[in-house]
Amino acid sequence: MTTDGRGRGGGRAFLGMPRARVGGGGRAAGEDRAAGDGRAAGDGRVAGRARAGGEDPAAFPPFPEAARAAVRDERLRANLRHATSTIRDKRARAVGELADWDRLRAAGKAVKDHTLRHLDHYLLQLEEAVTAAGGTVHWAADAAEACRVVTALVRATGEREVVKVKSMATQEIGLDEALEAAGVAAYETDLAELIVQLGRDRPSHILVPAIHRNRAEIRDLFRTEMGRWGRPAPADLDDTPAALAEAARLHLREKFLRAKVGISGANFMVAETGTLVVVESEGNGRMCLTLPETLISVVGIEKVVPTFRDLEIFLQTLPRSSTAERMNPYTTMWTGTTDGDGPSAFHLVLLDNGRTDTLADEVGRQALRCIRCSACLNVCPVYERAGGHAYGSVYPGPIGAVLTPQLRGTDSGIDASLPFASTLCGACYDVCPVAIDIPEVLVHLRERIVQGGPVTRGGVRVRIRPARGHAAERAAVRAARRLLDRPGALRAGERLLARARRLGFRPHRLPGPGRAWTETRDLPGAPAEPFRDWWARERGG
Amino acid sequence: MTTKDRILGRIRRAVGDARPPAAAEGGIARDYLLQHGHRTPAERVDLLAAHLAEYRARVHRADPDGLPALLGRLLAEPGARTVVVPPGLPEWWLSGTDVTRVRDEASTTAHELDRVDSVVTGCALAVAETGTLVLDGSPDQGRRRITLVPDHHVCVVRVPDQVVDSVPQALPLLDPARPLTWISGPSATSDIELDRVEGVHGPRTLDVVLLGPE
Repeated sequence: MTTDGRGRGGGRAFLGMPRARVGGGGRAAGEDRAAGDGRAAGDGRVAGRARAGGEDPAAFPPFPEAARAAVRDERLRANLRHATSTIRDKRARAVGELADWDRLRAAGKAVKDHTLRHLDHYLLQLEEAVTAAGGTVHWAADAAEACRVVTALVRATGEREVVKVKSMATQEIGLDEALEAAGVAAYETDLAELIVQLGRDRPSHILVPAIHRNRAEIRDLFRTEMGRWGRPAPADLDDTPAALAEAARLHLREKFLRAKVGISGANFMVAETGTLVVVESEGNGRMCLTLPETLISVVGIEKVVPTFRDLEIFLQTLPRSSTAERMNPYTTMWTGTTDGDGPSAFHLVLLDNGRTDTLADEVGRQALRCIRCSACLNVCPVYERAGGHAYGSVYPGPIGAVLTPQLRGTDSGIDASLPFASTLCGACYDVCPVAIDIPEVLVHLRERIVQGGPVTRGGVRVRIRPARGHAAERAAVRAARRLLDRPGALRAGERLLARARRLGFRPHRLPGPGRAWTETRDLPGAPAEPFRDWWARERGG
Repeated sequence: MTTKDRILGRIRRAVGDARPPAAAEGGIARDYLLQHGHRTPAERVDLLAAHLAEYRARVHRADPDGLPALLGRLLAEPGARTVVVPPGLPEWWLSGTDVTRVRDEASTTAHELDRVDSVVTGCALAVAETGTLVLDGSPDQGRRRITLVPDHHVCVVRVPDQVVDSVPQALPLLDPARPLTWISGPSATSDIELDRVEGVHGPRTLDVVLLGPE
C-alpha cells in the first residue's frame, strides 16, 4: 500500500483512487487521533456525527485523507489488529463446525434474492400480519421522514426519554440527534454504543462499535461522563472489562426500569407471521423490547424474509459469522403485541432511504442481501489498517464501501471515494454468509464513477457525469499506450533506465503524464537489464 | 400519493415486472442439513449439556425425586431470599425450599422484580447443537420480564423429550404468535477489546437443570 504520503500534502491518493475532490471544506490530515474524532465544532460537538435527518456526507473527508490519518495512529492499528485477527480465527472455527455451510450460504442468498425480487408483495404481506397482530405500520421514504414519524410517536406518549437497542438503521437516519432536537433524550444501551455516545464519538465497527477504544480510555470516559447522563461510575472504577461492564449495568439499569418507550431496529422481519427478530448478546435488547409500554422499531425494507422457516438459515449463519458463536446469548422474537407480556403498543417504521434506488441497480442490488454480520470487516486488509471511521458512514468496511455510495449517491468526496477503498482481494466475498460479491459491486461502482452512467436517485432515473478527478489517470494510460505502441522508443527508454540504475538513480515516480499513475502506486525498481535484451542474449533472438 | 404508494412504486419500477411470487418459485433449494449428525437421545442431551457449559451456563442433572432438593440448593447457594415463580410452575418443584415465593402479577413493576433474587422456570424446548433454551411464555415460564430482571435464572429442561438436535428442528415446534426468547448461556459482552465478560444486563447466573425420567 502506498499510503505513506511521502513528501506530499493533501492530494495523495489511495489504492488506485485518484486525488479526490475535497468535500465539506476538508480537514487537516494527520491529526494525532483517528479520523473519527473529527473536528471539534464550536459547540463542543464532534463534526461528522450523524445529524437529524441522516448523516451528512459533506462532513467527512474522502477516504484517502481519513485513512492517511488513521494508519498513522499506532494505538488504533494495534486495537484493530488484535480484534480482527482474534475474531477471524474464531469465526473460521465456528463455520468449520457446519459441514453444510456452503449450502446454507447459497440458501440464504436465494431467500434474500427471491424476497428482493418480490419486495412489494412481501412488504404488503408483512404489513397485514403486523397489523393483524396488534401493531401499527408506518412507511418512511427517507431519513427525515422516518425521524419525523418516530419523533411524533414519542411525543404522543408524553415521554421525554427513550431507551434504544443498538440499531444501524436508526444511526443511518440520525434518529438520536432528531430526538435530541425535539427535547427527547435517547439513551443507547448496548455497551459499545454507550461508550460511543458518552464519548460523543462515532461507531467504527458494525458489531463492536467501540473497537477503536481501549480499556483505559473507556474507564476515563465512564469516570468523567457517566454522571452527566445518570448514575455516575464508581469513584474507584478500574479498567478491567468486568468492572467496566458492571459500571454500565448499574448505570443503565435505572434507565431500563423506568423507561416507557423503547426504540429498536430488527435483524429480520417475517412476512407471513409479522414476527420481528432481534439478535443480541448483552440483554439490553431484551430490556428495551420487553419493559417499556411502547415499542418503536425502525427497520430497512430489505430486512423482510418470507417465512418463519427461513429463519432456520439465518439463525445458523448470522451468529457464526458475526460473533463466531454457535448462537448469540439472546434472541427475541415478537409478533405485534401480547396481552400482559411486553409493550402494549408496537409501531413498525419501514424505511426506504435509498434502498429502492439500490434495488434498481441490477449489479449493486445484491448489497441489500446484507445481514450486518460484519465478517467482511474482520477479514479486510484495508479495514484492518484504516479502521471504521475512515469510511465516513455508519456502515464501514467492504460492505460500507458498496452500500453507502448506493444509499447516499456519489456526489460527495467520501461517497465517490469509497468504491476505491479496496484492494479487490476478495476475502469479503469468501466469508459473506449471503454471498455478496463485493468485489464485483466495487468494480461496477468504480466504472460508474469514472465513466458516468445511469443511476436511480430518489426513485428517478438520472445520468451521472464522469468524475473529473479521473482525467489525470486517463491521460497517464493514454501516454503509456503511445509508448507501448512504439517498440523502439520503449527499448531506448528501458536501456536508459537500466543505465541510470547502475548510477544509483532509483525513481519512485514517473515524470510528465505518467505522474498521475505513480501517485497511487510505487514504481517498481528498474531491472539491471531490460528483459528483451536478456531474451535476445540468452535465446539468441 | 402516500409514502407507502411511493415506496411500492419505486420497488415495482426497480425490479421490472412486479408480480406476486409463483408457487413454484418459492422453491428455494433447501439442501442444507436438518441436523448435523445422528445422535441417540442420551447423546443429544449430553451435547446440550456440553454446549451450555461451554457458554458458561451451570448445568445440573436430576430425576424427579432429586429435583426439589437440587432447586433448594441452587437457590440457597447464592443466598436467595426471594424467588419469582411463574403461574404454572409445578408446585412440587419448589417443595424443597423455604425461600419466599413472589407471584408475578400483571401489576408487578420492573422495580419490584429488580428486588427479587432469583427466578425458576421451565422452557418450551432446548437445542443441543447450539446450546440454546427457548422460552415461549407458557404458564411454567411466565412473562418475558421475569427471566430478565432478576440476576439469577434457574431453568428446568425435561430431558430427553424437550431437546431437539438443531435449529431447523426447533422452529416448526414453536408458535411465532407467542413472544419467544432464545437463551444461549448468560448474557455476555465482548465490546471492550473483544474480551468476553459474562453477565451484563440479563441474569448473570444461569443454572440449567436437566430433569430426567425416574
